[in-house]
Amino acid sequence: MRTLLDFERPIAELEARIEEMKRLAAEKDLDVSSATAVLEEQLIDLKKETFRNLTRWQRVQLSRHPDRPYSLDYIQRICDDFIEIHGDRQVGDDKAIVGGFAKIDGRPVMIIGQQKGRNTKDRQFRNFGMPNPEGYRKALRLMKMAEKFGVPVISLIDTPGAYPGLEAEERGQGEAIARNLREMFVLQVPVICVVIGEGASGGALGIAIGDQVLMLENTWYSVISPESCSSILWRSWDYKEQAAEALKLTASDMMGNGLVDGIIPEPLGGAHLDYDAASEILKAEILLQLDKLEAIPAERRIDQRIEKFSGMGVFVE
Amino acid sequence: MSWFTRKDKGIQTPTEAKREAPDGLWYKCPDCGKIMHTREHKLLAYTCSNCNYHERIGSQEYFELLFDDTLYTELDAKMSSGDPLHFTDTKAYPDRIRATEKKTGLKDAVRTGHGKVNGRDLVVACMDFGFIGGSMGSVVGEKIARAMDYSLAHRIPFLMISKSGGARMMEAGFSLMQMAKTSAKIALLDKAGIPYISLLTDPTTGGVTASFAMLGDFNISEPGALIGFAGPRVIRETIGKDLPKGFQSAEFVQEHGFLDFIVDRKELKDRLASLLDIIWKG
Ligand SMILES: [Zn+2]
Repeated sequence: MRTLLDFERPIAELEARIEEMKRLAAEKDLDVSSATAVLEEQLIDLKKETFRNLTRWQRVQLSRHPDRPYSLDYIQRICDDFIEIHGDRQVGDDKAIVGGFAKIDGRPVMIIGQQKGRNTKDRQFRNFGMPNPEGYRKALRLMKMAEKFGVPVISLIDTPGAYPGLEAEERGQGEAIARNLREMFVLQVPVICVVIGEGASGGALGIAIGDQVLMLENTWYSVISPESCSSILWRSWDYKEQAAEALKLTASDMMGNGLVDGIIPEPLGGAHLDYDAASEILKAEILLQLDKLEAIPAERRIDQRIEKFSGMGVFVE
Repeated sequence: MSWFTRKDKGIQTPTEAKREAPDGLWYKCPDCGKIMHTREHKLLAYTCSNCNYHERIGSQEYFELLFDDTLYTELDAKMSSGDPLHFTDTKAYPDRIRATEKKTGLKDAVRTGHGKVNGRDLVVACMDFGFIGGSMGSVVGEKIARAMDYSLAHRIPFLMISKSGGARMMEAGFSLMQMAKTSAKIALLDKAGIPYISLLTDPTTGGVTASFAMLGDFNISEPGALIGFAGPRVIRETIGKDLPKGFQSAEFVQEHGFLDFIVDRKELKDRLASLLDIIWKG
């Protein structure tokens, strides 16, 4: 059973009508192709119209759609071969971050991603995509290994935030994220980061320092979630729509402000409607960026990475 | 050496007259209730003579405590906040900035300066909690980044004094990227072999903890300071339990291996000088 967001309902209803018409026609052996063709055209128009006018909050909803593809869904489709690597060599293996060596179109890569769960049990297993410090430390270990073997790093971002728990604090959540920021700046290999769902704050940034930082079309990336922003600034949970507007957190907002490098389109209606098509687009973009980045000498790539982030900020002197 | 001339131009005179408390003004320790003369409190580096409670102080007080004769060159003193997102919550962001400037006399939540500490050059960036909770927006990130560039260019050790509730929400994505920017500069300091000392004071949380504050060659703190990534309220709500006593205190953080040492503020200047004396030939 598909889960429908409010604004997806009219689309789903029209789809159902077309299906029903086709079923009846088949049953009664009638030709309704001209009628369904009209409706199918209407369907595409409706989808385009709906998706052109999405509010920022609706994008946030899409980024969290229960049917949305997660890191492993993409990895499965993009990679020819994926050898998952576990553990931070210190405390354990964080299930909210997965990673390993793989090949994309025959090219070796290290691919790392924050991972959410699909059902209740799986969601808990993945800690709702909220990494503990050992997740960030595992990610860094894998990146260093990629550097050692001269393999580029692909990082997929999808988290509601780093886990705010007791043990996370004891084991240095802040230190783990901070270290990743510093170390990712000086990685000798190309680093491509893609926000595939939610990009919440430091928990996202902790694996998102790259030569190319890209966002899928229906994702968000900001310093705080709209809900938490609402609760802090408006002192109520009821202003999440306003907060989403104020935070300017969509891919086009972030791109417009020069805070990310590009937007990757999704299939019409969102990535959750067609995992294969979404993966194909993502794969093509990764390959394109790899070609560009591998042509740049490592030291220059690092300088450019540092310069890019150093230029971010608006102030008056 | 052009920076010497800059130094002469930029010398700040201590505002002793303004800050010296007139006779008869008293300080009451919020922890133990002890009443002290404000002059005595100041002489004790704003700590309690009875229980050693370390009062929260701002950049002006730290600069007075640390720099010889309170002489220093302030860097980027005029930089102030833009409003890149035209952010409005219950108040428009520029109005909030102007009101806070007026209330605090500060331009933003960090000040940076170069001076001498027991005769040794030191660049210091110090946050002010009084400015929107010491939150990190573009100005905070940029001033720290530039002060680190200054350290790099002149090969001078860097001291960061953090005191922050975390991100400046009104700058959203821009605020987030200051974590990245400052961490990039620390990677450069690291590569250049220049000492970076991070002093985490009460409170240091959120994005500041998850970037420059935890990246010192030395991470040090003051007694009793609150240090964490997530704030205590958020953690309490997440785990649905009360937090153990002393959780996220400097002592707790040191016990878990993330602080090198805790220093009494009265000894801060001498300890910094001793440390630099051992590790830095200049
Ligand atoms: Zn006291």
